[in-house]
Amino acid sequence: MTDPLLVEGRAWVFGDEVNTDDMYPGFAMRLPVAEAARHMFDASRPDWPGLVEPGDIVVGGRNFGLGSSRPVALLFRELGVGALVAERFNTLFLRNCVNYGLPALTVPGIAGAVREGDRLRVDVRAGELTDLATGTTHAGTPLPDFLADIIQAGGLIPRLEASGHLRPTL
Amino acid sequence: MPDTLIAKVLRGASGGGPVEPGDIVVCDVEMTVLLDLQFGHDRLGDVVAVHDPDKIAVVMDHAVPAPSIRDAESGRRARAFAAAHGISRFFDIGNHGIVHQVIAEQGLARPGTVLACTDSHTCAAGAFGAAARGLGPAEVLQIVCTGRTWHQVPPTYRYELTGAKHPWVNGKDVFLHVAGAYGEATGHALEFGGPGLATVPMSDRRTIATQGAEVGADFTIFPADRICLDHLSATAPEATPLEPDEGAAYAAVRTVDLDQVSPMVALPGTVIGNAGPVGDVAGTKVDQAFIGSCANGQLTDLETAARVLKGHRVASGTRLIVTPASQRIYAQASRLGYLADLVEAGATVTNPTCGACFGYHMGVLAAGEVCITASTRNFKGRMGSPDAEVYMASPATVAVSAIRGVISDVRELDGVPA
Ligand code: SF4
Repeated sequence: MTDPLLVEGRAWVFGDEVNTDDMYPGFAMRLPVAEAARHMFDASRPDWPGLVEPGDIVVGGRNFGLGSSRPVALLFRELGVGALVAERFNTLFLRNCVNYGLPALTVPGIAGAVREGDRLRVDVRAGELTDLATGTTHAGTPLPDFLADIIQAGGLIPRLEASGHLRPTL
Repeated sequence: MPDTLIAKVLRGASGGGPVEPGDIVVCDVEMTVLLDLQFGHDRLGDVVAVHDPDKIAVVMDHAVPAPSIRDAESGRRARAFAAAHGISRFFDIGNHGIVHQVIAEQGLARPGTVLACTDSHTCAAGAFGAAARGLGPAEVLQIVCTGRTWHQVPPTYRYELTGAKHPWVNGKDVFLHVAGAYGEATGHALEFGGPGLATVPMSDRRTIATQGAEVGADFTIFPADRICLDHLSATAPEATPLEPDEGAAYAAVRTVDLDQVSPMVALPGTVIGNAGPVGDVAGTKVDQAFIGSCANGQLTDLETAARVLKGHRVASGTRLIVTPASQRIYAQASRLGYLADLVEAGATVTNPTCGACFGYHMGVLAAGEVCITASTRNFKGRMGSPDAEVYMASPATVAVSAIRGVISDVRELDGVPA
């Protein structure tokens, strides 16, 4: 089985302070997740959900994910995004990524260092990103082990099922 | 080592050992609050047993009365959940309000405790000295089952308030002043204190604490001083004082002279480094004006709006929407005559709900429209079309702008007693 914390894919580069209302517009909260995902970045980059491919990596700037607690990570996962990388994540957003099993790594200065379309390798546990297009390696801030373990387990929901807190869906 | 306010609360909730910024602690959660939208996506219906029904509340707020069949289904599931798990603190339609208003009214957040809720403005409860921050739905689901979660002790920016707040200055203005001058606070706590705090009533503290999410702060927290404890005397009489320790270390201490804070407006997009005095944008034409939300739908906000609007008319070409933050406020504002003053001036007064604040129902903006709002967020697309523009200001500024049809300074309105 492949390690979800070791991701290789094509980069999409976003800017600073991309907020949750852009990623997951309010009106889309009344849609099923599969449909809501088609509306990611409606306000800033509406064609993106049609362009992104499974395994791609989203790179953001400062304060990525400022805003709401809405589970944006579910939409990224729905579109098959393999990992998020940002110079700095909003902490609520980062918790949501971890808790929904979406690999996320903080790498200072990264948004200006990689180009859109570059192939990247992200090792979330080691806290390392390699730009395969240039061969450059960037040091990130590894997550504490207990959070990396949650991502590896696919998020909190499978764990709550395994521990008997949540009835499994059939 | 001496504790900042947030360190003190997290230390207490995690067993009492020493903590310092960067430490991760596992805390007992004193109160967990669920809201209607969560029942749409979440697996709450599959919960085998809640950890303690007396430490859970369910609040109907974001989409009530249901504007869609999906929301109606969420409501049905919320009722079934409350019944199945014996949750007595269930605030259904008619006894409801925006979650952070209900938390405040019901005394669900007490000084020195940890509160959890699936909403980014949960930091509102920091006005009462609680460690409260937005968490995602999956994490709150886990807390419902286990009663615990982790927090990282953040470094703190201390705001030392001096001087005295002018009556026309709202917590919103104080917050926008801070957000405009100091920008983001990702991964930090905001702590307010100092001699000027005595001139800042609980309603303004709640507005400031609520808005802390907009600069990306993990927590916003106020001490439990005399004003706070008096406020809690009916709902949480057992609450005790809470102050930071003498000599606590801060990432920065910033002095805010309240005498110098005037009515402020945030420009569309973000509040971070993007707010200035109302004069900067005075004269901007406004299609919609909104007073409401967990930040500024309080009784004092409706009172201010009524005082400004009484004897005036909302300008033609502008619409004013006023949403009381809870059923209790709605009833009080009705009894006190505020609602009549607002309606007679041409405002649309809605039932208590999140509604227009998150562009979901009852006040969604069209492309090209301009809104001035007293709600919490001015992101592109937040209140409807991504091609609408949202300015943010205090209820007084929003109300006077509705009368004039353009963004205006309330201090220029004739006949408004200061
Ligand atoms: S009023 Fe607005 S900010 Fe407050 S909880 Fe509701 S949607 Fe969120």
